[in-house]
Amino acid sequence: MIKVALVGNPNAGKTTLFNSLTGSSARVSNWPGVTIDKKTGFYKKLGEKIEIIDLPGLYSFNPYTNEEKIARDYILDEQADVIINIVDATNLERNLYLTTQLLEMDVPIVIALNFIDVIEKDNIYIDMTKLSNLLGVPVIPISALKNKSLKELMANVLLVSKTQRLGKTIIESSCLGSILQRVTNLLEKDETIKHRNYHAVKLIENDHYELAMHPELASFVNELKTLEKDDIFHGDYAGKIADCRYKFITHNIKKIIVFKAHKPKINQSLDKVLTHKFWGIPLFAFIMFLIFHLTFSEDLFFFNSLGIIKEGAFDFGVFGNSAINSPGVILFNSMDLLINYIGSLITLATNNSAPWMQSLFVDGIWAGVGAVLSFLPQIIVLFMFISMLEDTGYMARVAFMLDRLTRKFGLSGRAFLPLLMCFGCAVPGIMATRTLKNEKERRLTILLSPFFSCGAKLPIWLVFGAILFNGQYTDLIITSIYLLGIVVAIVTGYIANRFFIKSEASPFVMEMPEYRVPKWLNVFARSWEKIRDYVINAATIIAASTIIIWFLTSFSFSFQMTADSRQSMLGVISSFIAPIFIPLGFGGGDFGWVFVVASFTGLIAKEMVPSTLGTIAQVSGDVLQMGGSELLSSPLATIINTLTPGAAFAFMAFNLLTIPCMASVSAARVELKSRRHFILTLLLWISISYVSGVIVYLAIDYLIAQIVFGVIVLALITFLIIERQVKKKRGLTHE
Amino acid sequence: MRTLATLKPGDKGTIINVTAPNSLRQRLYDLGLTPGTEVDLVKFAPLGDPIEIKLRGYRLTLRKNEAIFVILEEQKHD
Repeated sequence: MIKVALVGNPNAGKTTLFNSLTGSSARVSNWPGVTIDKKTGFYKKLGEKIEIIDLPGLYSFNPYTNEEKIARDYILDEQADVIINIVDATNLERNLYLTTQLLEMDVPIVIALNFIDVIEKDNIYIDMTKLSNLLGVPVIPISALKNKSLKELMANVLLVSKTQRLGKTIIESSCLGSILQRVTNLLEKDETIKHRNYHAVKLIENDHYELAMHPELASFVNELKTLEKDDIFHGDYAGKIADCRYKFITHNIKKIIVFKAHKPKINQSLDKVLTHKFWGIPLFAFIMFLIFHLTFSEDLFFFNSLGIIKEGAFDFGVFGNSAINSPGVILFNSMDLLINYIGSLITLATNNSAPWMQSLFVDGIWAGVGAVLSFLPQIIVLFMFISMLEDTGYMARVAFMLDRLTRKFGLSGRAFLPLLMCFGCAVPGIMATRTLKNEKERRLTILLSPFFSCGAKLPIWLVFGAILFNGQYTDLIITSIYLLGIVVAIVTGYIANRFFIKSEASPFVMEMPEYRVPKWLNVFARSWEKIRDYVINAATIIAASTIIIWFLTSFSFSFQMTADSRQSMLGVISSFIAPIFIPLGFGGGDFGWVFVVASFTGLIAKEMVPSTLGTIAQVSGDVLQMGGSELLSSPLATIINTLTPGAAFAFMAFNLLTIPCMASVSAARVELKSRRHFILTLLLWISISYVSGVIVYLAIDYLIAQIVFGVIVLALITFLIIERQVKKKRGLTHE
Repeated sequence: MRTLATLKPGDKGTIINVTAPNSLRQRLYDLGLTPGTEVDLVKFAPLGDPIEIKLRGYRLTLRKNEAIFVILEEQKHD
């Protein structure tokens, strides 16, 4: 079997080519030791079976990130028989930079010149023969998107796989040529070294990894360098070599590429509108509104809210009641019908078995599986939209426009969309973190995701808002909870960046890709990949956790089924651990255990928090359906009013910030990949929510605490201002 | 001193030096911001930062606090 690795710049169409070549045979796993996607698949259209490995996208082989190190080690360890270097024909100059590095390695290479259809349309002509002669490897013009010339590409791959190729470097003919010659000669003494040209260049570059491999050569190489004078790079040989590569490219490219006629690109006019100074951000808000509307709205054409259709005019079932539902809601309703139908079948089938057995199946297993399934349609719809935005190139513009805002969270602009999603539902939000390039940024975004109050948490705020202060400040209470989440997110992001992630202060330098029409197959493939991971994981985590909670709420410690929550295991456990929450104000007293039980059931789904409170308070009817005055006169109000205002807010803050529902937890498990980071995230959720709860409780209820916190906050602000001034001054003197 | 961060939309400049700390400097070189390269400032983001530039036939965005490290040739007054 032949092993072929795909290497290329980000946005060069690598993923599209990979999908087109491998079809459904693609499998995603992790690179050993790191949590970066490793995609492999097979190409079977030629006689021989060809395995294709999608290496991470990279701009150069200077290993500053894990991704680049993986790609470099993979090729140097000779794991691939052939490299396909995918080159974006619309951006030849920069793409060839990586090629000049790749050519230094002792491995057969075929260049796939992608987007050939686009440059033909733009009236640009590239001389393939000259390009191929210049680089000394075959160049095949392809269109990965339109499946054009892929067979020809693979035939060439098969052909060169039977050959050997020695690396060549363009540095040979540059001003550094003589130094290179002497370093290569040195390396030649050691017969075992392959990729001599590559290693020689890296030695001159002063590459850390390289010097560690040949420490005996370091002083010799440095001595050679002192012979050269230069005024621009001041001994920065890596920079000098980068300069040589680009000079080589710009010098030669004029003979290869011919612009027949320039015509204004649609791209630029589209970009002017979409990232417009005034309209750019409102337009983005509108697009987001549209996406949420198509996913969650029960009044797609505003018929009902505009009064065109009267209440009770018609009822089309899943399609809408007196209004037309959005596609997301139609799918959601259909799924709901299906879940209920299967639920009733299970009830029927278990009618003759013991009550605990029926309860296990209906309230335990099916309730859990049903919860996962009911989320699914809207998650799929949302995720398809995100994949589409990503593929068109719009997402990069969003990152560009909003970077200044997200920087406050210690994140780049790319994190904005995932976080925004979390106001709807944290599951697609967490899933969307895969669009983040930086792993640390991804972990931080996932950590912050529950702080953006999701739709399922709203019922908690509504119930508390209706009851606290006799329902006078409902709006204010809800708003303050949303704000609290944002503030905690900012503080967490700031602390994380300052003390834990500070290392390579992830720069924002990012390529602006051209706008492209998305390939539907890619959008579907990506969404499907995602959903499959999630469902498999959710099925286990959610089913297991619901069964455990079901068991704990339905049975007493003498293993008798009980309807009295206080007698149940969860009730007893909660009474036992309730004192832990005394610092948050709601753990003590006769009803402390009630709030603890409710927080536990919230792990299944957050709307269970008010439901559980209602059930224990023996409210007749569904708490979630009740109006404000109804709630105020219900027994639930008595229980909630046993809390001081501080304790009530602490309870809300705790439930907002702590471990989210199991659906989100399983999504986080999938995305975080490493068990260690997953557990760390869970622990952080618990500690952040606990600490915030304590602060909220003390700050609201105790004057002394208000003074102390006030002083601390003032001191911190002053400190930060002074620090900034000092930095500014230093920056000035430095210049 | 004229840097990439002092340009206004529509301005052009020629890079003479990149003074960023190690890894950022190499990244900028790798992306083609080498001495002698001509860059166009395309636009600012709606909130004023980051900026979008054009070089070597493609477009790149970077934050202003990264752009200050890209030193440009002083404008000739004739």
